[in-house]
Amino acid sequence: MKNVQKPKRANKSLPFFFKDEFKVSFIIIFISLILLVTTFTFDVVPPILNRGIQPATFPKALLILIIAMTIIIYYLATKNPWKIEKKLPKSFFLTLLSFILFVIISKTLDFFLAISALSIFVSYYWGEKRLFYLLLVGIIFPIIVFIFFETILGLRFPPGIITNIYYS
Amino acid sequence: MLAPLFSSKLILVLFFGTLFGLILGVLPGLGPTTGGALILPFTMTLDPLSAIVLLTSIYCAGTYGGAITAVLINTPGTPAAAATCLDGYPLAQKGEAGRALGMATVSSTVGGIFSVIILVFFAPILAQLAYEFGQPEYFALAIFGLTMLASIGEGSPIKNLIAGAFGILISTVGKDFMTSIDRFTFGVNELTEGIGFIPVVVGLFAMSEMLTQSTLINQVFNRIALKAIKLPSIDDYKKTWKTILRSSGIGSFIGVLPAEGGTVASLIGYSEAKRFSKNPEEFGKGSIEGIAGAEAANNAATGGAMVPTLALGIPGSATTAVILTGLIIHGVRPGPDLFREQPDFLYGIFGAMLIANALFFIFGFFGAKIFARITLVPNKILWPMIFAVSVCGTYSLNQSIIDVWIMLFFGVIGFFMRRYGFSVVPVIIGLILGELVEGTLRQSLVIFDGNWLMFLTRPIALTFFILSLIALAFPLLRSRKLKKK
Repeated sequence: MKNVQKPKRANKSLPFFFKDEFKVSFIIIFISLILLVTTFTFDVVPPILNRGIQPATFPKALLILIIAMTIIIYYLATKNPWKIEKKLPKSFFLTLLSFILFVIISKTLDFFLAISALSIFVSYYWGEKRLFYLLLVGIIFPIIVFIFFETILGLRFPPGIITNIYYS
Repeated sequence: MLAPLFSSKLILVLFFGTLFGLILGVLPGLGPTTGGALILPFTMTLDPLSAIVLLTSIYCAGTYGGAITAVLINTPGTPAAAATCLDGYPLAQKGEAGRALGMATVSSTVGGIFSVIILVFFAPILAQLAYEFGQPEYFALAIFGLTMLASIGEGSPIKNLIAGAFGILISTVGKDFMTSIDRFTFGVNELTEGIGFIPVVVGLFAMSEMLTQSTLINQVFNRIALKAIKLPSIDDYKKTWKTILRSSGIGSFIGVLPAEGGTVASLIGYSEAKRFSKNPEEFGKGSIEGIAGAEAANNAATGGAMVPTLALGIPGSATTAVILTGLIIHGVRPGPDLFREQPDFLYGIFGAMLIANALFFIFGFFGAKIFARITLVPNKILWPMIFAVSVCGTYSLNQSIIDVWIMLFFGVIGFFMRRYGFSVVPVIIGLILGELVEGTLRQSLVIFDGNWLMFLTRPIALTFFILSLIALAFPLLRSRKLKKK
């Protein structure tokens, strides 16, 4: 119990805009408001074709509901603060970075190469330094998956520098 | 009931599904929901019955598999096995890991088989009732299913409801099905068809878990050595048979409730076992009754959760939401018509669940020692491999790279949701029910000529609305009661 209470006290000492409950509520409300504004740009169906409600009405109601419930959770959090989460470690940001690299490589170079690069990158930064295992997760296993999908499931992967060699 | 399964292909699928489910259940962070989501794209190469048999066998075996790691490394392989840790691990520390796993295996099998019997009897009755349902009743039922999110085990009630609403919001992306007007497409052509289930499911479960595991790379498990599983003694049976039966009933009932699942069932099964026990002081210190109570309940929830899934198309748990996704992508629409038009298909599923329960008993009993070794596969090897399978699986469905990016995007969203106490399960349930909620609402308003009050003139709809209010009030009343205590 002591471990749970300590962070709560620490959380109270922070200015409100540094607290997780404020940051999370703010982001949810901010995004919901943007989406709510977007719903006003949806085409309106003429009354003669309109059956029931307009296409924008349902998402609007949902977004208002989300905003209202977020205000409630923020209000409740002011009375009972959330516990402070541990700082995210470097390995998390590196994994996140690998996702971004995956998107860039898969779009510009090659889908298979992107899988391979991410696998080696993640495995290495998660602590795997042995070359055989890096080759296993980065090359051997993706090749098995690639062949499985390509031959057994009949899938055609998007063109790229490596897949083009394979397909040609 | 077993006749539709008499084909070598289906038996092979069942065998593989049970084995795969056990492996998934044993690996902390995976489990039947994530595993089901991962295998979903592969099921597209199978016929609908084989696909659903594969998913249901993974569900049954995966739910049991969580107990192996709960007992041996004090880490539940699945959330539903969390209560099993409380007594399973202390008993294993006393050198009785074999006895603990033996009890977990027997009670899981009994709970699972009990719940299949409930499924066979109750699903057709519920489906028959559903014949009385029109659009307003389905709308009220879907609302009831969503309000039940308030009381699921993980997260705060309001956070669960926000997550559910977010799931429904995702379902509105794309062309409006009644007017073909674009919504939230932001000029991206690929979004006009909407956001698919698989990228969201794989992202929220598998990719967010990968990000979670990236924060735990230095975690070390203390694994207790297992010599062999022992069948419970006559004394153990005498002590636990009532608990097993009670928990089987509790688990089946909790499973039937929309959105609830094995996690809630096992916690209630465990606490009821303690309440009725002659030795409640032993709970938490290695009580055999505690293991029986939790394990019978979480496996009993599997059959129970399939009742609303098959009879009404409302998922009874997170994994059944994935199974429901499987049904939808194979063109099978659950509901009363399914019971009338495709009884063989349903009996195939019932039979598969029954056999899966028997199979995991055999596999668990003879192979627990081997399955326990799977936990030795380091995350730094396992998760990059899961990533490769997730990416290719998600891509394979529509051969769309955008789907893969959507999967990664939802992986990041899922990670932060879980970090700040929002469960990802309601998002999936909201996504699945979204089209039903909006479609039935709009069609009802057409029937009612825009008069909202007409909903209250329909007795079944009104009953569901009252139940929804109770579902919303229940967590509030529960927290007040706890505060008073």
